[in-house]
Amino acid sequence: MKLRTSLLGAFICLCNWTANAELSIQITQGVDNPIPIAVVPFSNESGGFFSEDVSQIVINDLEQVGEFRALSRANMLSMPSGEQEVFYRDWRILAQDYLLVGKIDQQPGSQLVQVQYEFFDINREMKLAGEVLTGSVTQLRDIGHTISNVVFEQVTGIPGAFTSEILYIVSESAGPENSLFRLEKADYDGARPQTLLESGEPIMSPSWSPNGQDVAYVSFETDLPRIYIQNIATGQRRQITNYPNINSSPVWSPDGTKLAMVLSKDGSPDIYVQDLNNNQLIRITDHPAIDTEPSWTPDGRHIVFMSDRTGQPQIYQMELGANSYNVERLTYDCFQCAKAKFLPDGLNLVHVRRETRQSPTYQIAILNIETLRVITLTGTSLDESPSVAPNGSMIMYATKFNGRGVLDAVSIDGRVKFRLPSSQGDVREPSWSPFLD
Amino acid sequence: MGKQSNQFFKVSLLVISLFVLGACSSTSETDDSSSDDMQSSSNSSSGSASSSAGSNSGQLTQEQIRAQNALRQTVFYFDFDVAEFQPADRETLTYHARDLAANPSKRLRLEGHADERGTREYNLALGERRANGILNYFIVNGAARSQIEVVSYGEERPEQSGQTENAYSRNRRVEIVAR
Repeated sequence: MKLRTSLLGAFICLCNWTANAELSIQITQGVDNPIPIAVVPFSNESGGFFSEDVSQIVINDLEQVGEFRALSRANMLSMPSGEQEVFYRDWRILAQDYLLVGKIDQQPGSQLVQVQYEFFDINREMKLAGEVLTGSVTQLRDIGHTISNVVFEQVTGIPGAFTSEILYIVSESAGPENSLFRLEKADYDGARPQTLLESGEPIMSPSWSPNGQDVAYVSFETDLPRIYIQNIATGQRRQITNYPNINSSPVWSPDGTKLAMVLSKDGSPDIYVQDLNNNQLIRITDHPAIDTEPSWTPDGRHIVFMSDRTGQPQIYQMELGANSYNVERLTYDCFQCAKAKFLPDGLNLVHVRRETRQSPTYQIAILNIETLRVITLTGTSLDESPSVAPNGSMIMYATKFNGRGVLDAVSIDGRVKFRLPSSQGDVREPSWSPFLD
Repeated sequence: MGKQSNQFFKVSLLVISLFVLGACSSTSETDDSSSDDMQSSSNSSSGSASSSAGSNSGQLTQEQIRAQNALRQTVFYFDFDVAEFQPADRETLTYHARDLAANPSKRLRLEGHADERGTREYNLALGERRANGILNYFIVNGAARSQIEVVSYGEERPEQSGQTENAYSRNRRVEIVAR
């Protein structure tokens, strides 16, 4: 053990290499009546070669959230690239509701590309949106995701989350005493993965700062679980805690000034809040049972947490600054309910649920704390670590597939599911970014 | 002669206290759970011990071998959803505690682990609860708190991968690691 530590403990690297795992997303469940949309291949004005197919990126985005079905390119009657070439009847015949066209231009010898897109409502025969986006050739994916955001919001009224990113942990095992742990960041769809931290000791619980610039996580690199904050762009990091025993579960307050966490320095795991400006530490819970998995209510005034004070994990909440006896229990009807966080509405509580003692299966569910209605969103048996998209439309979570950890996403109504590509290792603990702008 | 009877007194005290601490667990149960080579080594030693049956020095040797064998067991498995170590491990753990008490400079680490079912952060806490159970038992039996470091890995470092009952039972464990 000691040897492993000294060999691999030094092997903490802050790299920024891009893994080549460009596999495609797998839609595992879609809606019955998706909205028909035609996305015409964007015309290539300069004839140069582009590594990314922008219109295909838009199609993938829209289809994997399940509410859209893109028209096959082979069935298109025409291939317009601008408004003057659009004939609405061509698309009405094909029973399309919406149409997206565009063109890509690159000046000779320049790394800059200009992408012009236009978006139409076929039934109302009107242009809904259009603009020219300029970026480097390496940003074609970002440009595609930006167009997807516009299309999604025009049709659904909800801002798209296609430019958001995810953090997650990958572990690869080469023998019982020789594992490698990585903290990675990728586009929301798993594309363009980057390693932010690599270690021979476990890394856990990545959490985005509300401004999307920093990540807090737990690393065992000193042989003990300690909380660190790392700047995502620069890689600069600092250790936040060094209390005895467990230091875990860092979660940023909505205003980004504080970090809720779990410390067992006073005996059993309890919830604490540390002020990141003056390092002042406030104890929130005080109970000999296990209190862990804190999250903030959207208004930042309460902490939701899991406690096994009644014998099994249940979900509770406490107002900050309240007496530690003043705890409100939120779940009653499950054998175990854990890892809870409110949706932005402050009413619906996403959590991990094990229904009965007899069946040891763990699923992602939503409890409405006013109506007490529970919707179970997933059907696999080892689902955990739910994380909600910034627009509240989907939940990403970790599950097992063929014995390996993979990331799945499910829409908030449970109708749509997709699985992120993963090339190797156990992938887990997804954390969906806030809106990144 | 006076020295010998003193020694005999010490040994019987040891045996009595072991019996008291061992409570409901019997020696044979412990032997059942120990590995084959521990079995064979204790069998061969019992052969030589029985030849000097009744001799105090023979009893001591057997006791020392028993202690050595016990200290060789460094991984302790736990039942599902249970933080207390198995009664069958009590005697072995008692030897570990005595070893710490007798060697104040000795340091070790208790590494707690959980199986993968349930949420990760709860499992981190469960691993600590298991390791703390053994920590407290060591302290009650004479070890100093400063000799022992506790760390939980939760479900992050499984001994065996896979979604089988067998793998799960191998992963719910506390490991004693020398420092």
